[in-house]
Amino acid sequence: MRSWGWKIICIILCMYVVVAGLLMPVPRLDILNETIRNLYFHVPMWFTMIALYGCAFFYSIKYLRTSDLRDDIYAVQFTNTGIAFNILGYVTGMEWAKFTWGAAWVPDAKLLGAAMSMLIYFAYSILRSGLKDEEKKAKIGAVYNVFAFAMMIPLIFVIPRMVDSLHPGNGGNPAFKQYDLDKYMRFVFYPAVIGWAMFGIWIATLKVRLELVRYRRENAFQFELEKTK
Amino acid sequence: MGKHLLTTIFLLLITGVSASAQTEMADTLRSNGKIYVVVVVLATIFAGIFAYLIMLDRKIGKLEKENK
Repeated sequence: MRSWGWKIICIILCMYVVVAGLLMPVPRLDILNETIRNLYFHVPMWFTMIALYGCAFFYSIKYLRTSDLRDDIYAVQFTNTGIAFNILGYVTGMEWAKFTWGAAWVPDAKLLGAAMSMLIYFAYSILRSGLKDEEKKAKIGAVYNVFAFAMMIPLIFVIPRMVDSLHPGNGGNPAFKQYDLDKYMRFVFYPAVIGWAMFGIWIATLKVRLELVRYRRENAFQFELEKTK
Repeated sequence: MGKHLLTTIFLLLITGVSASAQTEMADTLRSNGKIYVVVVVLATIFAGIFAYLIMLDRKIGKLEKENK
């Protein structure tokens, strides 16, 4: 966790995306015009969110197997960072939609699904804050997190493909070709997805480490006990 | 003089027509070279964010060492 290699790669990728995302040639498309470049910034927010929620899902299951509160810390912090990127993805989407689809909110299956999954994850935080007991909070939180992830996938990826959607690649063949990414856009889009996902994970690991320090302090007697054993 | 005027109007018309035939992009921003200003500003902001992240990372690293 403390190695700097992947963080340097993350910085290089993100800086490359910021510069190349604005300067590299993009196809001339009607309505979209220059906003096609939002693909490098809006879409990776969602990929980052999926990566973070995926990590939270993994650690939730791990917590249910081990009952180690440290796994719960991972799950909570990955979810919290995921919610931040969820909101960012949503707001950027609304801004983009305002100028291309004509309104910040359009009756689109993908928007509804994303809003629902966002509310499900908000409920996760509320549910946790409503419980006092640490163990109970962690256990119920972990079970709920698994449910939330299992709901998020069909809401964002499956249902929008079964009905018509304004988003490219939906309402039919979900293949990536549907994004009609041209050659140059791929050079920026794929690094963008990887770079932003690493960026999100970096922030999440910082929060995790801080919470782990706090956890260690609060349970110092336990660690002392383990040492004397 | 009149001949020159006619050619200029004609040229303007041609460029106008050809420009409207193409989808509108930020060509003027690019030709003025001002897009680079935006790039520099964004790059600065992100450099700042990453510097901040690295600082936080190192601070937390120190905290972890103290709590070992």
